[in-house]
Amino acid sequence: MAETSFDLIVIGTGPGGYVAAIRAAQLGMKTAVVERDHLGGICLNWGCIPTKALLRSAEVFHLMKHADSFGLSAKDVGFDAKKVVERSRKVAGQLNAGVKHLMRKNKITVFEGAGRLDGVAGGLRKVAVTDKDKKATALTAKNVILATGARARELPGMEADGKLVWTYKEAMVPPSIPKSLLVIGSGAIGIEFASFFRTFGSEVTVVEVLDRILPVEDEDISAFARKAFEKQGMKLMTSATVKALKKGTNSVTAAIEAGGKTQELTVERVISAVGIVGNVENLGLEGTKVKVERSHVVIDQWGFTGEPNVYAIGDLCGPPWLAHKASHEGVIAVEHIAGLKNLHPLDVSNVPGCTYCTPQVASVGLTEKAAKEKGHQVKVGRFPFIGNGKAIALGEPDGLVKTVFDARTGELLGAHMIGPEVTELIQGYGIARTLETTEAELMHAVFPHPTLSEAMHEAVLDAYGRVIHI
Amino acid sequence: MAINILMPALSPTMTEGKLAKWHVKEGDKVSSGQVICEIETDKATMEVEAVDEGIVGRILVAEGTEAVKVNAPIAILVEEGEAVPAGPAPQATPAQPPAAAPPPTPPASAQAPVAAPVPSAAPAAKPAPPKAAPAARDGQRIFASPLAKRIAAEAGLDLARIDGSGPHGRIVKADVEAARKGGTARAAPPAAPGERPAAAAAFPAGETRKIPHTSVRKVIARRMLESKQQVPHIYLTVDYEIDALLAARQAINAVGEKSKIKVSVNDMVIKACAQALRDHPDVNASWTETDMIQYGTVDVSVAVATDRGLITPIVRNADLKGIGRIASEMKDLAARAREGKLKLEEFQGGGFTISNMGMYGIKDFAAVINPPQAAILAVGAGEQRVVVRDGQMVIRTIMSCTLSADHRVVDGAVGAQFLQTLRGYIEQPAAMLL
Repeated sequence: MAETSFDLIVIGTGPGGYVAAIRAAQLGMKTAVVERDHLGGICLNWGCIPTKALLRSAEVFHLMKHADSFGLSAKDVGFDAKKVVERSRKVAGQLNAGVKHLMRKNKITVFEGAGRLDGVAGGLRKVAVTDKDKKATALTAKNVILATGARARELPGMEADGKLVWTYKEAMVPPSIPKSLLVIGSGAIGIEFASFFRTFGSEVTVVEVLDRILPVEDEDISAFARKAFEKQGMKLMTSATVKALKKGTNSVTAAIEAGGKTQELTVERVISAVGIVGNVENLGLEGTKVKVERSHVVIDQWGFTGEPNVYAIGDLCGPPWLAHKASHEGVIAVEHIAGLKNLHPLDVSNVPGCTYCTPQVASVGLTEKAAKEKGHQVKVGRFPFIGNGKAIALGEPDGLVKTVFDARTGELLGAHMIGPEVTELIQGYGIARTLETTEAELMHAVFPHPTLSEAMHEAVLDAYGRVIHI
Repeated sequence: MAINILMPALSPTMTEGKLAKWHVKEGDKVSSGQVICEIETDKATMEVEAVDEGIVGRILVAEGTEAVKVNAPIAILVEEGEAVPAGPAPQATPAQPPAAAPPPTPPASAQAPVAAPVPSAAPAAKPAPPKAAPAARDGQRIFASPLAKRIAAEAGLDLARIDGSGPHGRIVKADVEAARKGGTARAAPPAAPGERPAAAAAFPAGETRKIPHTSVRKVIARRMLESKQQVPHIYLTVDYEIDALLAARQAINAVGEKSKIKVSVNDMVIKACAQALRDHPDVNASWTETDMIQYGTVDVSVAVATDRGLITPIVRNADLKGIGRIASEMKDLAARAREGKLKLEEFQGGGFTISNMGMYGIKDFAAVINPPQAAILAVGAGEQRVVVRDGQMVIRTIMSCTLSADHRVVDGAVGAQFLQTLRGYIEQPAAMLL
């Protein structure tokens, strides 16, 4: 008879859920996780990781096509979409096995099936698990963390059918590269797929309802990205709305409204990337104090839902929909359950955001506009990668680093980057913000030469009129 | 060459103090070692001696000034014939802090884990410039984020008076902003007398007064609040029959009359507790987040009421001392406690406290634990009560005692065993001689 009573049950094993479970195990809690699909959740199986594998293929392909600019020759450069996808699936599979190992190592019991709250018995939370064969298992726990994540939002009348109209899930395993593609939504997901398919030769059109692409990023970054993508041959329509999709046999005709005019565009495939909704259904929330607002669970700063001993974390609880935010929230919720002292709630403004298009985009903290709206007097620094030796040597001089400081206190309010490997660089500014450094420490810090990171130093110097290399 | 005399740090935790009294006035000649002023610190009044010779050129901090920061210049010493500068001497040459009499000594090593480390050298050799917010707290580095430092400096807040909520107590931006909003880090605003509503005139009453807290009162308030909020108290009450103890006391005092030794019931309770603590090292202990600290010596703190407030001088190694020696030490400690003249090491530390309110006719009470100690024994009045012995009502002198113990350290059964052992010593005082 398998164990059915735990200190903590985590429903969902994405980067929020499995990290929370490991932290709980470290703190000595008897822990179980419930997963209806694959360990590791969307992130690992259908999101962050497999897309990075795809984009790596795109990047290598791009480099090979431009081999001569490096003094190399590569003839008959081509690709096999099936193999590109296969590699991506293999990477996901390897990491999925890794999570399985981590669960075993931390003595966390894994239940396969859909979990939901099932009332209270003897002061313990009951959790009902139903597996694929409809077999039910009853579990109990002192505390439950809901970590069921989110899924693609679907616009009415434009629901994905998996054949002609894709969500991220179908877009990740394309049987072939479509000749033409319409991407609805220019957030991180939309732009990454647009970039991937454009690199492999698709005619890509991106439609964004707001007046700029990557609308959560700083305006300078959006503008820089737009130029870079247009140079690659991507078509970007902002302040535009897809009104209707008419499906043919192997094509879709979209009615796109922009500037008061409606035009038609016929493409082979459509990717819908218009946001995310929380997986709040079938969790047994009815009759509990768990509140759902706009498809997301409402929590306090520790992840507590208001229902005794029930916490929620990650995408289920709303934006920013980021794996690393979910992991942090998971750790905080578990530490709160354990009653650890000196806990600090997650400061969302210290959560970096990354988009893995070409060129990459990364940011942390406030945009210049948001800082001004909050009443800060700002000092802004900018440094283009064209002034960075390493970027030129890499053959990737397109990009910009922008810093926003509070003029009075020297607080680094935000940092915004576009260019080579900026997703790997942004953590430097993240640490700076978390440690509450001012411009003085950032100026004193020694950045190694020759690296891309020097551009980060220069962008700080520029904010104070001390930039060297421009 | 003018020399700044700085406010000395008389204890490892002192951040500010009251300049209670000047013993010199401007123009007086002072020699090294001469007492120049008295400073009221957290717990006691201390005399401050001059380190250098010279003439008191200017007194910068008036007598009776509260909350004088450690290392702030309090006077300027000049050489004979030298012009007196208007303000503190420039900082180019390190000014000398006056020597505190006596210098703070570190607590016994066994107790070190719960006491703040004592700065190895004399407190900061030069006064902090007024803009430098991270002034040393007890001569130690204050951990604060660069941003917190800058905001504090800009707002004129003293980081030493702000509690940090970051990792390992680091002061972060949010702490400084909370202090700025709450005004907690600033000196308290002058007390404004509240306006009395007209209707109150029908019932004329005495004037409502606001009395500024003394340093001692503040420390008592803070420590008692901390104790009650953070230490889970458990209370165990017992009745001890003390007829044998009273008889023993009479016998001891009869013998000691010639040598003028007079032993009180309390002195005997101190000795009995010391013996019992030696038998129960798990009560002579402290809780820390990582470890249980069991003290290697039996040092008993004894609560003494003074008109400045409560203070707890320590009878060190009480288990090794005879009752007569404990009595004479206690007499001396209590007298100097009432004068506010205890040395730091005489009231800082200790592993266990006794609070006796028998002399006020209190029958039984529960005392607040004196952290980081794990237990305090509240001693009531010895009084004749009718008790049942062998089925007969008899009259015995009974003294009720209540042990308040930190439940993280002392479980109920452990406390009860300690009280049982203590009963052995109190009810059969000869056992204390073993």
